[in-house]
Amino acid sequence: MQTGLLGPLRQKIDRRSYLVLVAVGLLTPLLVWWAAATWGGADPVFLPGPRQVLQRVQVWYHDENLLDDLSISVLRVLAGWLLSVLIALPLGLYIGTYARVQAVLEPLTDLVRYMPAVAFVPLIMLWIGIDEQAKVAVIFIGTFFQMVLMVAEDVRRVPITQVEAGQTMGASRRELIEKVILPSAKPALLDTLRLTMGWAWTYLVVAELVAANSGLGFAIIKAQRFLQTDKIFAGILLIGLLGLAMDQGFRLIHRLAFPWLHRSA
Amino acid sequence: MSTPVVVSCSEVVKRFQRGSGTTLALDRISLDVHEGEFVTLVGASGCGKSTLLRALAGLEQHDSGVIAVDGAPIRGPGAERAMVFQNYSLYPWLTVRDNISFTRQLAVHTRERTSASVEAALGRADALIRLMGLQEVADAHPNQLSGGMQQRVAIARALMSRPRILLMDEPFGALDAQTREVMHDLILHVSNLERCTVVFVTHDVEEAIYLGQRVVVMAPRPGRIDGIYSVPLPRLRSQPMKNLPEFIALKAGILDRIRATAGMQTDVDMLAQLSDRAHAGPAGSG
Repeated sequence: MQTGLLGPLRQKIDRRSYLVLVAVGLLTPLLVWWAAATWGGADPVFLPGPRQVLQRVQVWYHDENLLDDLSISVLRVLAGWLLSVLIALPLGLYIGTYARVQAVLEPLTDLVRYMPAVAFVPLIMLWIGIDEQAKVAVIFIGTFFQMVLMVAEDVRRVPITQVEAGQTMGASRRELIEKVILPSAKPALLDTLRLTMGWAWTYLVVAELVAANSGLGFAIIKAQRFLQTDKIFAGILLIGLLGLAMDQGFRLIHRLAFPWLHRSA
Repeated sequence: MSTPVVVSCSEVVKRFQRGSGTTLALDRISLDVHEGEFVTLVGASGCGKSTLLRALAGLEQHDSGVIAVDGAPIRGPGAERAMVFQNYSLYPWLTVRDNISFTRQLAVHTRERTSASVEAALGRADALIRLMGLQEVADAHPNQLSGGMQQRVAIARALMSRPRILLMDEPFGALDAQTREVMHDLILHVSNLERCTVVFVTHDVEEAIYLGQRVVVMAPRPGRIDGIYSVPLPRLRSQPMKNLPEFIALKAGILDRIRATAGMQTDVDMLAQLSDRAHAGPAGSG
């Protein structure tokens, strides 16, 4: 069958070809970057090469407390994200379960969701100040409103027959939520947590604009002032790698927690 | 009928709001189901057979009239009225065994938490697994099972807490014809062994006659009972009975009633026109 470069539509490929293609997808940009930096003739201030960035990471690690920047950023992201999770999970559960709660809260959430989190920064500084809480607040605002709506949608996607079957077996309202709706929505909820964790990372740099003196985002902003392009590259790449690692962590948890969803037929 | 009445509907009315007007989904339905009886509801789409079943389950509220179980009017769903759905009702995160014993997690069924009752429940789950032929897949998850096996699990789960009545909403509607025949004989066998009372909704007249002791034929607009037929066959059925003259006659009679009440006259007219045109030849366009 003639399938061309893209292969057949919506069909699985074997693990080996998958890994090869993953490598191609990741290595190609790296090679292009390296080639452009080496032979492109651009000033290293504008386009530092991979080797230069790697050296920069080493200097950062040995002399400029990379691990401190890294851990404080991870902490901020986790704190803002966890705060979102703590409020968004129960709230989304209620919005997705009860039409009355949905009517009251969902349009409001939808409205706030479209307000740019970055624009809240001056207000946050005014109301919360410039301490750690302010940074956590930026990440919280960036993730929370999206998360609530996604959780509500996950809960609404639980097949109604699963709920009705529970009802005709005599489950109380509380039992329906605890023993049917929550376990049924769990895999989707974990995916929502994974996606929103990604967004939390994207708000890190904005959060560390607020009078920070440490963190990956802060390091990037400071490097900009001193025209240390290689450090900007290093910071961005590190955030990307950390995000990717967490994403893979979530996928691993998904496979371990919901084995029946990952069994090949 | 000599056995006591388990479920009785009297003058049950259900209206659906549709745009500015309302439709009568159930128009003063009265029906008694006796202990140990297997009653099937059949009719064209829109006749209210599923609505009636869901009202019996308490999943749908009726506007007036009374639905009573053992003489007590129902208020919402209850464990004594278990329901088997067409599909997607199993819990994919539980194994077959845990799906079947799910009711044991619920407060209604565990008020007397003695070791004897726990043991009895475990024995009951095992017995149902054997009865339904699920031994091989007891530790599998639902998504590893075929549609027919999934419905076996759903039936076992519904029977687990010995409900007063088993409500079945087109439970075999999504299965292929061969699997369906097997399931028919299985559900007859099981209902006989468990001595359970069953109300079974289907759009398939043959299925309705083969399973039912009484066939309730419903008609649409408004949803109502058109007629109730006793099936002149012994309780224990077998596939060859489908060829008996009384089976065929009953099936023809019920199908006639369904056609007559289905309100598909416009479709019939259109088909007649189409065949007229086909006979007139391909030249007859416009």
